[in-house]
Amino acid sequence: MCGIIGVIDRKRALMDGSSIRDALSLMNERGSGEGAGYAAYGIYPDFQDCYAIHVFFDNLVEPKSRVDHMLHKWGRIVHQEAIPTYEQDGLKRSHIPWRYFFKPYSDLMAGSTTPEDDVMKYIVMETNSNIQGALIFSSGKNMGVFKASGWPEDVANFYRIEDYKGYIWLAHNRYPTNTPGWWGGAHPFNLLDWAVVHNGEITSYGTNRRYVESNGYTCSMFTDTEVVAYLFDLLGRRHGLPEDVVVKALAPPFWDEIDNMPEKEQELNHAIRLTYGPALMNGPFAIVVATHEGIVGFTDRIKLRPLVIGENEDRLYISSEEAAIRVMDPEVQNIHMPRAGEPVIGRVIV
Amino acid sequence: MKKVEIDAKGMHYTPLNKMIREAVKNGAKEIILDNVIGQRFIADGLKGDVTIRINGVAGGDLGMFMNGPTCIVNGNCDHAPGNTMDGGTIVIHGSAGDAVAHSMRGGKLFVEKNIGYRGGIHMKQYEEDRRPALVVGGASHAFLGEYMAGGLIIVLGIGQENPVMDRGIGSGIHGGMIVIRGEVKDELLGVGARKMEFGEKELEMITPYVEEFCKHFDTEPSGLLDTNYTCIVPASTRPFAGKYTWE
Repeated sequence: MCGIIGVIDRKRALMDGSSIRDALSLMNERGSGEGAGYAAYGIYPDFQDCYAIHVFFDNLVEPKSRVDHMLHKWGRIVHQEAIPTYEQDGLKRSHIPWRYFFKPYSDLMAGSTTPEDDVMKYIVMETNSNIQGALIFSSGKNMGVFKASGWPEDVANFYRIEDYKGYIWLAHNRYPTNTPGWWGGAHPFNLLDWAVVHNGEITSYGTNRRYVESNGYTCSMFTDTEVVAYLFDLLGRRHGLPEDVVVKALAPPFWDEIDNMPEKEQELNHAIRLTYGPALMNGPFAIVVATHEGIVGFTDRIKLRPLVIGENEDRLYISSEEAAIRVMDPEVQNIHMPRAGEPVIGRVIV
Repeated sequence: MKKVEIDAKGMHYTPLNKMIREAVKNGAKEIILDNVIGQRFIADGLKGDVTIRINGVAGGDLGMFMNGPTCIVNGNCDHAPGNTMDGGTIVIHGSAGDAVAHSMRGGKLFVEKNIGYRGGIHMKQYEEDRRPALVVGGASHAFLGEYMAGGLIIVLGIGQENPVMDRGIGSGIHGGMIVIRGEVKDELLGVGARKMEFGEKELEMITPYVEEFCKHFDTEPSGLLDTNYTCIVPASTRPFAGKYTWE
């Protein structure tokens, strides 16, 4: 059991992090104080052309000099600093959160249509697999993930989340069940532009992991949700599928439902299931994924985890509980529950 | 009649429930909870002759193990109101989340609008006098009455084209009855469920529940009291015999 909430302002009006902190705290019952986190888009306008790399360092000597060295080889560090943090009684500092604003050299990745992204992805995978004491947990442009082991309000106050203003926010309150609670295992999970929060467990993790690892990703966070970020990057960015088709690949309709579809739709769904069989996710889940262009929420096909939607003019909310949405927006309208496996999509319109 | 008002704004459910219990102990007959926002476990395990009016969105497991009181919610409910409820009444002026009336053993639960997935999962029954009932005014999502062992579910589908449009109705049902307004496609039935003709006898059986629903939500029952319903019952008392073991 975990608690998730996401919001987008379709016209990119900025929201500070205080209200999503309060909404997430309302769902404290869904967590165990062992992990919470926030992702926000639009928070680094002064460095919007740079990749904002958030790293957990165990110390600032060996691991940091190795990361610095790699970044110097692959591009230019425009700015770097410790992420400002504020001690909380209920939160034990286990790592040093650091951030770089980084511009990769685009001529170093032969044959790629998105060379900067591929350089960045390479750096993330290399660091997380091979540099002990360093973990890159956020690597998108003009966005950032802030997470730690602790209760939602402690983690938010540790990073003073109200100092950040974004037009998309995701938040997650973790109740670790199958894997230990640690800073890197807290949600959101991020790679490049993708951020993911997830309530549930992905029992097909083994199959999905083999699939993404055979496509050049390395799983290093000891928990299932990581694989969702890589699946979205593989299918969404590298294969260029739109979000609703990615969701169809990850949580497809049942075969008997496909058999009852009109012919053309049947053909499409057959093709997706046959092509992306190893991307199919089993088990109970409710997930919200974000990019700088929007958010998409969906559940497993038999709806074993809750997901509620609300709207208010330009705002779309997706959450585990209606009450959490109402904490953010008491005037929220059109509260409803999407059908299992059906993607709910909110896109920016300006 | 003693009335107690509690402002639940910003209050955790533990002190809130302590206040409710204290009020009932002191003889309150009506308790009004204002500004409820997601507090869980309201009125859980509560006994007695008391009406609790909940203004706001009630959190999960409203009225769990409750025996006797009436809870009236002016707002929506989160997951599993009426979870393993023993007796009493819950009236929801709004919609409710997943697993409504989960394992309910007695009493009545009325939802004005829609319910989520797995409504009435594993509802139970003891002979005829301990028969829980879930009445839904709007629509239900998939797996309605999953593993149902007893009791009655009625989906009235008021203002709905398809009161139940998702799969797995009565999946694993081995007792009780599901009544859905209008026709239900065969492919929506779950494993172990079958349709039975809905006749005058069944209409007579549901009439008091429909009338009570209409009384709670101030609507007219006349348009709902005909035989245009589908009745779904167990195909056997052991739908999964032989699934995991061989005899």
